[in-house]
Amino acid sequence: MKHLGRTKFAVSSMALLSLTLTGCIGGGSSSTPVNPSQNADAKDVTLSISANAILGGKSDAEAVWITKSVIPKFEAEQKAKGVNVKVSFNPSGVEDEAFKSKMSLALKAHTAADLVELDGIWTGEFADAGYIKPLNDVVGKEKVTAWDGWKQIQPGIQQFTSYNGQAYGIPEGTDGRVIYFNKKLFQKAGLPADWQPKSWADILSAAEKLKSLSGVTPLQINAGTPMGEATTMQGFLPLLQGTGQPVYKDGKWQGASQGVKDVLDFYGKIYGSAKLGDPLLQQETDGRSKSFQLFADGKLGIIIEGDYLWRSVINPKGGIAPMADRDTVVGWAKIPAQAPGKGVNGTDFVSMSGGGGVFLNPDSKYPQQAWELLTFMNSAKILEDKFIPTPQLSARDDVNAAVLGKDPLLTYIAKEVLPVSGFRPGVAVDPQVSLAIEDATGKAASGTSGEAAAQDYEKALEQLVDKSNVFK
Amino acid sequence: MSEIDADAAASQKLRKSERVKRKGNRTSEDGDSAGLGKGRAAAFVAPAMLLIAIFLVFPALWTLYLGLTNYRLTGFAATHPRFVGIDNYVNALTDSRFLNSLGLTLLFVLGSAVIGQSVLGFAIAWMMTRVRKGVKSVVEFFVLLAWIVPSSVSTFLWLALLDRNNGTLNTLFGTGTTAWLLQFPMQSIIVFNTWVGTAFSMLLFSSALGAVPPTQLESSKIAGAGAWAQLRDVIFPHIRSHVLTNTILITLWTFNTFTPYLLTAGGPDHRSEILPVYIYRLALSEGSLGQGSAVSLIMILINLVIALVYLRILREKKS
Amino acid sequence: MNSMQATADSSARPALMRHFLGLMGKTLFIALVLAFFVIPVLWLVFAPFDAHPSLTIKAPQFTFHNFEVLFQTPGAIASLGNSIILALGTMILVLVLGALASYALSRVKIPGRDILLYTLLLLSSIITGTAAMVPTFLLMVKLGLIDSQLGVILILGSGIMPTVIFILKDFMDSIPKSYEESARIYGAKPLRILWDVGVPLARPGLATIAVWAVVQVWGNFLVPYILLQTPSRTPAAVVIYTFYTEGGQPNLALISAFSLLFSIPVIAMYFFVNTRYGFRFYGGIKS
Repeated sequence: MKHLGRTKFAVSSMALLSLTLTGCIGGGSSSTPVNPSQNADAKDVTLSISANAILGGKSDAEAVWITKSVIPKFEAEQKAKGVNVKVSFNPSGVEDEAFKSKMSLALKAHTAADLVELDGIWTGEFADAGYIKPLNDVVGKEKVTAWDGWKQIQPGIQQFTSYNGQAYGIPEGTDGRVIYFNKKLFQKAGLPADWQPKSWADILSAAEKLKSLSGVTPLQINAGTPMGEATTMQGFLPLLQGTGQPVYKDGKWQGASQGVKDVLDFYGKIYGSAKLGDPLLQQETDGRSKSFQLFADGKLGIIIEGDYLWRSVINPKGGIAPMADRDTVVGWAKIPAQAPGKGVNGTDFVSMSGGGGVFLNPDSKYPQQAWELLTFMNSAKILEDKFIPTPQLSARDDVNAAVLGKDPLLTYIAKEVLPVSGFRPGVAVDPQVSLAIEDATGKAASGTSGEAAAQDYEKALEQLVDKSNVFK
Repeated sequence: MSEIDADAAASQKLRKSERVKRKGNRTSEDGDSAGLGKGRAAAFVAPAMLLIAIFLVFPALWTLYLGLTNYRLTGFAATHPRFVGIDNYVNALTDSRFLNSLGLTLLFVLGSAVIGQSVLGFAIAWMMTRVRKGVKSVVEFFVLLAWIVPSSVSTFLWLALLDRNNGTLNTLFGTGTTAWLLQFPMQSIIVFNTWVGTAFSMLLFSSALGAVPPTQLESSKIAGAGAWAQLRDVIFPHIRSHVLTNTILITLWTFNTFTPYLLTAGGPDHRSEILPVYIYRLALSEGSLGQGSAVSLIMILINLVIALVYLRILREKKS
Repeated sequence: MNSMQATADSSARPALMRHFLGLMGKTLFIALVLAFFVIPVLWLVFAPFDAHPSLTIKAPQFTFHNFEVLFQTPGAIASLGNSIILALGTMILVLVLGALASYALSRVKIPGRDILLYTLLLLSSIITGTAAMVPTFLLMVKLGLIDSQLGVILILGSGIMPTVIFILKDFMDSIPKSYEESARIYGAKPLRILWDVGVPLARPGLATIAVWAVVQVWGNFLVPYILLQTPSRTPAAVVIYTFYTEGGQPNLALISAFSLLFSIPVIAMYFFVNTRYGFRFYGGIKS
């Protein structure tokens, strides 16, 4: 009978435990009121930074910069002011979705680092959950507006870390998409080395010519779920920008409009009827890596990609698919609208840009010092430590002016592409819409008609947002 | 000749242990051979159960509770989850994607666990009773290797094997640029999971076969029974309980394995989206933890039904 | 041995023929089984030593460079030590508690025992899934077990405990009870009987379960990734996922080399356990 008593005890204590704990599912971050002046005069301060970067692994340069430049320099600067600051770095370096989950959990449970580096497209959902709060609330409006860095960051880029008109963090860097091509293959196919397509038709006709070369895939525009965000940012969205309307406008999402159908038909033509791309590549789990490898090996004629391809993939120094003759063989051009003047706001050319930023944890015990660290990280001098060794588009104009000079592609993107670039809406449901987009393009690339894929997409959209928030 | 002697000695030993076992079974009818008593028995069980209660039952029940809400990892519903009753269950059961996933899972379990792992595992175990010790150790090592290599490693092995362009399989068979994972996604993950899990069935069956009295095998052979009849009439009755344990465990494990995600990501076009992959997509990619929890419960209920069916089939035959 | 046996059994030709065919069949079967299990593993033998590994098995441009880079990567080698801590910790936890519980469950009939066990088995499959992430994390925060290796051990150990008990109970069932009865006559206490009689008899089973437990922990990514923060506590299963670029492309040079290092400890443990204790299951639900 003893064991029965024990079981009863176990069951009842568990019931009690579950009562106390189910309370924590909701509630979330509201339990600790934000107090900007908390510990403002502390002399011994500990701070921490979380980022999806790790020494020797993913985003190594970022991790090197944080541990070798940001932290020691900030500690030294504070020491000079008589404040004893100890900053620690929590590296991660895994798949974005896993990192996002970990950060969500940590922020929810109030165990996160003081500064958290996140992708800009997550801003809305993190803000809606109360995991992050406006800088004005966490730090104090005066302090925030007084920062001299804001004027160096263009409004579109400031949107990466903003939500409903409030800044939640400071954007760090950005990027842009162009249409790359292989000049050697172009020469063989009788195409010019200074190619600049003016319409989708120009892309198709160039790809048609490349088709005559044996062993060459003419064109790669990312489609389907396995490519993930790369499908959304390098495929569907820049194409959609070229049909006149952005994916999200005035609080409404674009449904099965003519533009969406045209984009999906374009996919259908490339991977189906015209056979200009490799449909299987869009379905393989490592399809994107393979597309890079093909391009590096000179077996792919045209590809729409971000500056990431140039910097980290085919870079002869340290790229994962290095191309020794990158600088002479690889050409690039702006992505054309469907037809001249058809881009959003009547532009001839289009692109998409995104980027991440550093957010301030509203639970920080030292909000003022955390803010100091945040602005220190985003000061021109410190950012140059990161971007001079590995040039990349910074969020700041002054830094770009100082570091991009030597890199022709990055300079081109900063000057020619960013002005026509579109940005992600950054609302909470955006990453889920992105999944629906990936699904629709995947269908279109594997034989579903543009019309049917567009209808499916609209249906998926209506499950995410109210029907009244869908426009055509 | 000495090997024959050894064989004879071994079978004698087995017969002896069989006798001991039977005797043991007889005493176990009156239970408690070690004189534990219920109180002490409870004390022995308590630490494990306490641990399970806190770190397993509690979060599992909590997860099931989440299945009744619209809880999400991020966004407004993360901090303000709403109780939605059985909505998630209704959504799942009326969603063609879920039903597709369920069908694929049943196919996957049947193909890779019930047929693949069990049959191959049994065949190897059976064959290993009739080969030299050296051959046996080598075969067993490689079968076990597939089982103990971490899944993050084994998926790379299989990506290299099945790769479309220069994969080992295409090179060996001259199958050109067959994209195995795309053209045959289910077949690929079924074969992969058979490769991973056969070791367990092999181990279990090889000890089970060791317990079949050689005398009975001999006499059935003399009576002229074919291999199949021997298997059915002599061997199976002895290993029935092992078959049950094995099938229940590998079914459950196969139902839960997430590793195929690393090979096909559920694709192409959801064609290999088995339930654990579907749940992963719901819970992690889409952040719909409420919906994911609901599907988890449906999944274990299906497991329960399957286990009951196994129990029925394998028990009935005995009587 | 077989040919000798055959000649001894019968000298008739058809029998000899049948035997020959049988031998052929047997050899073919073993060759196929070996091919099936060995061919995929070849990548792990070649790629780590290739200067430019790809998803192809080819004669490598031989180099140790990949390992050199790995040894310089902070935390990479140390992560194997962390994996060992987690794996051994979990193994000891489930073996000790699992053996005690399964022994008692085997020897004393508790009503509803089998149903209870199977229910726990089912619940364990929820907890190992992604859907249970939030409850698990929040529970560990409440208990102050975040960023603690003990916390990971407790979660992983509880997750596999039902299976351990389920299998071990079968083992215990198959141990002849007469030994315990004699031990009892000499006045041994139950714990002593378990230790002196049960454990030695169940040793191959315990060894098998130990290996199984280690393998479960060794490859687990999500639990340690989410529960641990300090880099110096990260296990290898998490580290292997960091050898990707910012765009998600795998760095095969590092991944293949690390895969080899990551697999060696479990293989070594297999050999150790196999030579020392044998690798055997008993078991089966008594029906």
